[in-house]
Formats: sequence, structure tokens, C-alpha cells
Amino acid sequence: MTQRPIQFWHRGRIVQASGLSPQRTVLQWLREDEHCVGTKEGCGEGDCGACTVVIGTRDDAAPGGVRLEAVNSCIQFLPTLDGKALFAIEDLATAEALHPVQQAMVEHHGSQCGFCTPGIVMSLWADYEKREAAPTRDEVNQCLSGNLCRCTGYRPIVDAARAAWDKPVVKIDRSPLRAALDELAALSSLEYEFAGQHFYAPRSLAELAQRCEALPGARILAGSTDVGLWVTKQLRELGNIIYLGAVAELKSIQREADALVIGAGVSLSDAFAALVTDEPAWTELAQRFASTPIRNAGTLGGNVANGSPIGDSMPGLIAVGTRIILQKGERVREMPLEDFYLAYQKTAREPGEFVRALRIPLRREGTHFRTWKVSKRMDQDISAVCAAIALSIDTAGVVTEARIAYGGMAATPKRAAQAEAALQGKLLDAATVRAAMQALAQDYQPLDDMRATAAYRMQVAQNLLWRWWLDHSGAGVLRAQEVTA
Amino acid sequence: MKRMESTAPALPAVGQSLGHESGPLHVAGRATYIDDMLEIQGTLHAAFGMSTCAHGRITKLDLEPVRKAPGVVAVLTAKDIPGLNDVGPIIHDDPILADGLVQFYGQAMFLVVAETHEAARRAARKAIVEYETLPAFLTAAEAAAAESWVLPPVHMQRGPDTQAVLAAAPHRLSGRAAHGGQEHFYLEGQIAYARPGEQDSMHVYSSTQHPTEMQHAVAHMFGWHSHQVSVECRRMGGAFGGKESQSAQIACAAALAAWKTGRPVKLRLDRDDDMSITGKRHDFEFEWEVGFDATGQILGLKLLMASRCGFSADLSGPVNDRALCHFDNCYYLDSVDVRNLRCKTHTVSNTAFRGFGGPQGMFAIEYIIDDIARFLGVDPLDVRRVNFYGPSSGDARITTPYGTKIEDNVAPALVEELVASSDYRARRAAVAAFNASSPVVKRGIALTPLKFGISFNATMYNQAGSVVHVYADGTVMVTQGGTEMGQGLYTKIRQIVANEFGLPADAVRMAATDTSRVPNTSATAASSGTDLNGKASQDAALKIKARLAAFFAQQHGVAAESVVFADGKLISGDIQQAFGEVVIAAYRARVQLWDAGFYATPKIHWNKDTMQGKPFFYYAYGAACAEVAVDTLTGESSVLRVDILHDVGKSINPDIDIGQIEGGFIQGMGWLTSEELWFRPDGSQKGRNMTHAPSTYKIPAASDCPAILNVKLFDNANVEDSIHRSKAVGEPPLMLAFAVFFALRDACSAARGSAAPLNAPATAEAMLRAIGGLA
Repeated sequence: MTQRPIQFWHRGRIVQASGLSPQRTVLQWLREDEHCVGTKEGCGEGDCGACTVVIGTRDDAAPGGVRLEAVNSCIQFLPTLDGKALFAIEDLATAEALHPVQQAMVEHHGSQCGFCTPGIVMSLWADYEKREAAPTRDEVNQCLSGNLCRCTGYRPIVDAARAAWDKPVVKIDRSPLRAALDELAALSSLEYEFAGQHFYAPRSLAELAQRCEALPGARILAGSTDVGLWVTKQLRELGNIIYLGAVAELKSIQREADALVIGAGVSLSDAFAALVTDEPAWTELAQRFASTPIRNAGTLGGNVANGSPIGDSMPGLIAVGTRIILQKGERVREMPLEDFYLAYQKTAREPGEFVRALRIPLRREGTHFRTWKVSKRMDQDISAVCAAIALSIDTAGVVTEARIAYGGMAATPKRAAQAEAALQGKLLDAATVRAAMQALAQDYQPLDDMRATAAYRMQVAQNLLWRWWLDHSGAGVLRAQEVTA
Repeated sequence: MKRMESTAPALPAVGQSLGHESGPLHVAGRATYIDDMLEIQGTLHAAFGMSTCAHGRITKLDLEPVRKAPGVVAVLTAKDIPGLNDVGPIIHDDPILADGLVQFYGQAMFLVVAETHEAARRAARKAIVEYETLPAFLTAAEAAAAESWVLPPVHMQRGPDTQAVLAAAPHRLSGRAAHGGQEHFYLEGQIAYARPGEQDSMHVYSSTQHPTEMQHAVAHMFGWHSHQVSVECRRMGGAFGGKESQSAQIACAAALAAWKTGRPVKLRLDRDDDMSITGKRHDFEFEWEVGFDATGQILGLKLLMASRCGFSADLSGPVNDRALCHFDNCYYLDSVDVRNLRCKTHTVSNTAFRGFGGPQGMFAIEYIIDDIARFLGVDPLDVRRVNFYGPSSGDARITTPYGTKIEDNVAPALVEELVASSDYRARRAAVAAFNASSPVVKRGIALTPLKFGISFNATMYNQAGSVVHVYADGTVMVTQGGTEMGQGLYTKIRQIVANEFGLPADAVRMAATDTSRVPNTSATAASSGTDLNGKASQDAALKIKARLAAFFAQQHGVAAESVVFADGKLISGDIQQAFGEVVIAAYRARVQLWDAGFYATPKIHWNKDTMQGKPFFYYAYGAACAEVAVDTLTGESSVLRVDILHDVGKSINPDIDIGQIEGGFIQGMGWLTSEELWFRPDGSQKGRNMTHAPSTYKIPAASDCPAILNVKLFDNANVEDSIHRSKAVGEPPLMLAFAVFFALRDACSAARGSAAPLNAPATAEAMLRAIGGLA
């Protein structure tokens, strides 16, 4: 393997980039190096969407063999574009005409100050390219979950997104794009260096294992939806970086007899789609986890490996009995996910080891799983509390297995041992659930912070157990979101 | 969404829903904001070094590590400022760079100038700073207990002795409530780009609502005259009041760095820095005692309004004045005794934000009325109605606490129309029926009105200028004193001028607002942008029209008064000629084709010492009906349906006005629901704003908007001679969001079984607590 420039497709040509820090963001490259200033910086942390661009990747299952997805350019590092295609706001309109999405935005007064608009248009465009007919209001809301607008109140934007389909359909020609991506796919693995800092993007599992073992201190990077902020907000130097995103084997989702095995490089969007297909109880969390562009960039493996106490996937994964598969060199080991978390921001991953996949048990008859998050806002928010409850109940109504885990309640994602014990082997009724709610107080000592007080977190954690019971016993309307006027 | 059809075919450009003049640029990424401008060769970038102490004396400020950092060109402190180290718009208590004393966590202490934006940010963190910590008050209550003020308390008493009225009232209630502050969260953060010029001059591109004040601030900082500084702004990526005074520190710092280095300097704040350094909406705490009769009619009200102003006065005086001029909302208050505290806290200096104290004052009276209704067990809407100002045709119950007679009251009629169109009564019954059979989820409904005074309280700001150029080829350019922040000002001015000349809107181009072209501008604030600058631009156009009409009349032997400008032509009877042809002929005949216009709002006056007068030219009205659902296990909520009826007078551009109504409403909803500012209450980071980014500060997202949102314009030409009889629309709709807050309180009260003590923002936690579901 030899060093070569970062190569990706942009504006009809393959760009070769070198002489830049591997921590340079896609947004910095666009605005400062290429003077493509249509894409804006609103927050620098992937939370407002003003910087949204669309990334194209090879995908035989997608139309024309190309998958197009919106991501936040402010927290994507330029070398992660290697082998991909980049679309920014300048790429939509022709000299003669605006794109139908843009034209509809103009006609429906979808912009006021206009600063969020390029990002909104890119999110809408990615969605437009994916579908065959106009989206519903809810689908537009989902598409825009990562785009903030402070002026309009969104209604005209939603109207525009739908009205764009009243115009003749304009879609990009994917064949030259696919050809370019094929050409990039034939390149060697990226090994990039600037000022002594290396960026490696191995393209095979073996190469990744070898690289991680050789450089145990290197920063392992997947979606950069968290690590990106270490750079843009904390101004940290990451040292050498090993990127998982180019390893084909890590992108697979395998359905085994009793489990889904989701590779560490699978995006949250794809991972949740697979989970929801097997177990619909994931649906709400799948929609509320961060935002559409974050789910496109971030990986389930990354969320798990990061081990944040407020990561939203782990409570549910732990509750359903997920095992984490780790690899170091040729050694592969597996452990229950809850055992992976040792202390605040400390996991069982050894130097040189990486997360290879997650083994997630399939839905089982008799096991009743629910996972919910509670936060200040429905979309793109971090949980005050994230709850996951999976109770297995036999025909006599006795709890044969209780697996309960919470996020936001402790220094790690953590099982509720006392509450589980209060349920285990008991006949399930309201009194048993009340007892488990009381027992939760022994399981956690949550903190006060800007998201919630400790008292609220504990009360809601208990109430969500009650919600599980009400839901299970079929009691009426339980959620504000279920109500219509 | 319904739209009022234009009924003014005689005025082609005015009354039509023309798109935003920059819309095609916005959607293509071609609208140039300051950070998008091609950089001048040699441009440097600046970043602030900020304090990590809420209140303390700087005992050590070692900047050597900053100076030695890669790419650093200069490091500047207060000592480098040649003139006034101050950006206080009224009181001089607001340093550009802290000088020895820091008064909030995040205050700017020094400025790094470097070759790149990133180098400046990295270097700024390398300073070694030590403080002698001083006591810090974080809340209005703490400051009030210590009598810590940015400005002296204000007392307003009107009508019969309030204490005696309260003593005699059939019913008395006392209560308290509070609402939070609000971060503007303009999508484009604060930015300025300063370019040094010849003969000691400075041109500053500033993302600002107030170019003239930026000009003055920069000049004062240098000890210069105004004519040495020019400030330009083509557009902002949102402002909402946050770029009225807050842009001055940014403009001054960029100008200082440019002057010190002799090179152009751009200062663009990172979002976290922006949210830590710049002021926000004032949060208020209220306590009251109210006396009323069996119908809920208020007889006397004693009210305490305490605001958290932050460390400096900034605009806190006028903001609180407006709160005092709006706590009446649509209601006649016969006997009032109000004490208003302007508390000095060791937090960021709070500032203007859409509504400018109006929403704060209104929050109090709406809460009081809600309390009265819950006490009497009647529909809050009925208590609102019995308290409405009397008809403007009569004399009874029409005088406000600040001595103005309400002469355009349409609140009762507007509310009745909304009660009918929203089916309020039947839905209230349906809500009650639902709640009776739903133990976990509770619904709530509320219908709230608003009245908002239009004009700056300070009379002198109610003036504007404009320069209209007609070029010899018949095209038109307008430069006026208002700034474009997305609200559609440039679009409306363009319509107004095109309308005067009988031209299509695209024949008129809007130039950037620039103090070197139109001087002595007022802030684009107080919803007054179109009212003031529209009239001034119309005035300029009328002067040019008069000359063109006279020239045309002379050429064709007709009376000047008979000449009409329409369809791109000058027309008199059977004679007509294209506008462009008349213009070039007039040019050749040496007729002046350009002119300046001016406007000063008539009829208004204000005595700030007695707090009496007629500060507002007219009032804008509106009302909203909201229905919500609350989950009593978590406190989470959902807004199910909202109906809005709003008064924009005779609309110049209905779709743009509806955009302001919806956007203002959603922004107000965010203030009252999900937007929560949280400062560390103790510890080594006491006073640090932990909600300094969108990851922690949650403005509404698309899915938060009500699934059903019916917005309608109220058919009501302005009784005053405003521009085309329209009404200002920037701020008033924010207060439509009270319907959501009081619907949430309605649902919480249904769950609690009594009046829920809900404060704003009504986060899930606040609601669970108000319901009584949280110890």
C-alpha cells in the first residue's frame, strides 16, 4: 500500500486532494478551499443542518447502482469522502432552471432569511431522488429532522417538498456517476498523510485488523458524528486515524437463524431498518434517534463502541440480549453487550481491538420488548432518559426473564438489576410492576443537568415501566403523539 | 393554510404575494452572506478569548502562549482600544473587551488575530488566566434580594388606589409565575468583516439590524467622527432582535483588529461562542395580587415584574418599558400598581428579542386571567371577554395604564370570528369528554388574543430615510435605511416603489443598506421596518414621479395631475408613453431622476419619566386557538391543532405576512415549550451557560409544528394612514403562541384536578412537575 491523494467525485470530475490536514472537514474544504460557499455553517456540530450535503456511494441495491444520502458536512472529515461522490447546493440548478425542489421552495415562500435553505434543499433533494411520488407530511418531517429553520415555521417548506412533485420530474443521470465510483473502487486502500498525521481507510477486514493491531493507539473512526465534534468544538488533535467506512465486510447485515448480525460499518439508517423489520417496537426510536443525516453517517457499531451513557441504541440492544463481537488481529471474541461497559467512557475494548459486529437476537414469541426515549424535543435531541424493557412471559403469566436497561440514568448504559429481580419469576400484575418501579430507585443514582433533574429522570424511568405494563395490558390512549384533533 | 385574495387590482405590485426578492438565490446557495464574500487579499481572522468565571477580578492574564501559537498575528486587549471601550447602546457599561473585571462566564477578555479562522480559535484557548472570584447572582430573584440593578426600579400607578380596590373586591387571588429567556438562534451567527480605508477610515460589513449604531460604536471606539466609518449590510441569516445591539461588539472587535494590523479582518463567531457571549430574551418572574368580581372582571391589580437583565443595561430599559406598556394586552385595567425591577445578574446581558418585552408583559396578564377563570370555574375565554377594552366608539374602558386611548380596538370582533371558525366551544366540550375517559393522556385547549403597539417607545427612532434612483434607462434602484433579515422588507419596499412607478417589481432593484448612502437610520426593529422605510421610499418615489409627470405633461400638453403611472407607462387620457422613453427624454432635458425620501411617524409622543403618552401609532391584533395533548407519565406533549386569525391591516404581501405569522408563532411556541436556558447553578463553572449549542438548546423542528395549522388574515384596513393601510407584522405573531402555553396548562390542570403551577418553558419535566407527578 502506498500513499495517494484523497479521491472523490465532485462536480463532474474526480477530485484529487492532498496537502490538507486529515481533520479538515468537508465543509471547510467546500467553503475555504473550493470557494463553494453555498453550503453554510450553522453550528459546527451536526445539529442544525445548514451544512447538509449529499454523498453518493456504490450500492447495487440502489437505483442506478448509486445510493444518495444527506449528511452533515461540518463533522465529516475530507478523507472519508475517498471513493465517494459529493453533491453540494451548487450542483442542483442548471444554467437554465432551478431544480423542481428549488423552484417549489421559491413558489411556496419556503425561504425567509435563506441561511438554512441550502441545507434544507439538499435534504429534500436526497429524499426526492429516492422516491417515486410525493412524500406525505410526516415523511417530509422525517426527512427534515436534522434541519432547523428559525424563520418560517416549516409549513411552507413542507408544502414545497410535496408540490415539487407537481412539476416534471428531474432526476440525475446515475450512469456516469456509477462509472466514476467504479473507477474509484478500483483504487488501492487510502493511506494518507499530512504533517505526520496518518489517515488509513483499509478496504478489507484483514487489512483493518492488521492496521489496528499495528497501530493500537490510532483513533478508530466510523461515522464521525461524535468524533467530528472533538475536532470542531474541542479542537482536539486526533493523531493517526483508522477509518472503518471503506471495509466492505463491515457493511453487511446477516440474518441468521436466531439473530441479526450487523457489521460495525452499517449506518444507523440501515441498521434500524433491519431491526424494525424484525421487531416493530424499534420503530419510534428508529425515527427519533438523532436525525436523518446523522443516521445516514453514524453507525450502530460506533454508537455502541463510543459507549456514551446517553447513547440511544444501547438500552434496547442490551434489553434484547445483544452480544458484541470484537476482533484483534485474527482473534475474534464475543461478549454480552452490557459487559462491554466498564465505567464512564471506559469499555472492555483492548488496544488494537475493534468492534466488528453486533449479534442481535431476533424477536422471540413470548418476549415483550419496548424502547422509548424522553427528551425536550421529539426529533434530533439527546435523551433525558432512554428506557428499554424486554420481559419474557410464559403462558401462566409468569415472568421467565426480565431484561431492563436505561440510558441517561448512570455513567454507562446499564441494566436495572434490582428491578429485574423484582419481576423475575413473579406473576406479572400491576402490583409486581409497582414493586419493580420501587426497586428501580436502588438501581440508579442519576444526575441533574441541562436536560433534566435527577428526580425527573428517576420518576420517568419508573413511569416508563408503568407504561410498559399499560401498553401490555391494552389500556387506552397512552401517548400524546397518538392523539389527533 | 388559507390566504386572503388580493382585492387591489388597481395597485399591481402592492397586495400581491410576490416571492421573496432573494428567494431564487437562497434556494441555489447564491445569496451572499458576509462569510460568503470573496475575501480581500491579506484578510485575517479573529476570535475572542473568553472568561471562565461568572464574576471576578482578573489577577493574571498571560497571553504569551497565545501570541506564540501558530498563525497568530496580533493579540489585543482593552488597552489596545484608543477610544471608548464600550458598546452600551444607552448606558456606557458594556465593555468590548473586559478590563480587569469579568461579569459573566463567557465574557470576551481579549481578541486573537490570526491567518486563519481555525488558528485564531485554537490560539484563543491558550491563555493562562487567574481570577479573584467575587459573589455572583445568577437569577433575578437573587439579584433583587441584594438590590442589584442595572437601572433603578420603575413604579407605575394608575386609577383608584389599588390597595383599597383590592381590599374591597369580591374576590382576591395572589399568585406567581415565571417564564424563561430565549436564545435567538439566528442560523447565521454573528459576523463582521472590517476593511481599513484611507484617511483613517473603516468600512465594516456587519450582520446587523442597526448599521448606524454599529457606525457610532466603531467611531467611538476609535475616538473618530461618524464620517470616518461606514457600515453595510445586504442581508442577515436571521436576527430576531439578536443583531440590534449585540452585533456592535463583533463589529468593533473586527474594526479594532483591522486598524491594528492594517489588514482586512473577519470575525465570525463559532456557534458555542456566539451563544455564550451574546444576550438573549429577558426572563421574568412575576408576583401579583388581583381583585375581581364574580364575572372575572378585574377591579384592581398589584403586580411585581422582575427581569433578569444580565451584567449590563444594554436595551433592558426599553425592553422593560415595553413590558410595562403591554401587560394590559387587550384588557382594561382600572386600578393598577406595578413595580418593575431591572435586575443586574452575573450572566450574559439580555437584549432585544422579537416582541421586546411585550411578550413578557402579556405573559403576566394572561396567566392572571387564566388563574381567575380556574378560581371561578369558568372558561378562561369568558374571563378574557369580560375584561376586553371597550369599543373605540365610546369613552368607557378605553384608556391604557400608560394613558393612551385605544382607538382601533378590533380584539372583540376578531376573537368572535376565531371562536366561530375554530369551533372553540364544541371542541372545549370534546376535550372535557376525552379527559373524563382518558387517565394517561389529557387534552387542553385555549384561545388567547393579542394587541401589540406599533412604533418604537422612544419617539425619536420613529423616522426613516430612503434614496431612490431612476437611471436613465428606466431602471430603478432603492437604498433605504431598513435591513433585510429574512422578514421580506426588501421585497415589500420593492413592491411599494414599483407600484408608485407602475412598473413590474423586477424593474426595481434593492441595494444593500449602507450608512454612507442613507444616514442616521433607526434599527430595523419594533416591527417598524416596512412602516417607516416603506413610507420614506414612497416619499422619494413620489417626488420623482411629480417631476416626471410635470415633464410628461409639458411634453404632451396635458395637466400634470392627470398623469397616471401604470403598466410600465405614463398615461394621460389617450396619450401614453413607455416609462423608459419618458425617463431618457427627461434625463436629456436635465430633469432630476433621483431623490431622497423621509418619514417621521405622526401623532406619537412619550414621556419616559411619567410613563404616560401615546407611544404607539396604532395596534396590531390577533388571536390563536390551540389544542394540545399531554402525556401524564412523562410530561411530553403534542400540539394537535392551531387556528390563527391575525390582523395585518391591508396586506402589502399576504404570503410574506403569513410567513411572518407562522414563523413568529412557532418561534413563540419554542420559547414557551422546548427552549430552555440552563446556567450551572454552582461549582467551579458556576454561571456557565450549558445550553450553548443546538445539541442542548432545542428550538422547534419540523415535526413539532401542529399537524393542523389554519392561518387567516383578518380583514381590517389600518385606521391610521400607514403605508397602504397595512400593519406591522414582525413581532405580534410571536404572542399567538400563548394559546399553546395555556392549552398545555389547561391539560396539566385537568390532570392535576386544580390550577397547575406551570412555568414556561413547558418542558416535559416542567409539566410533569406541574401535574403533581414529580416530588
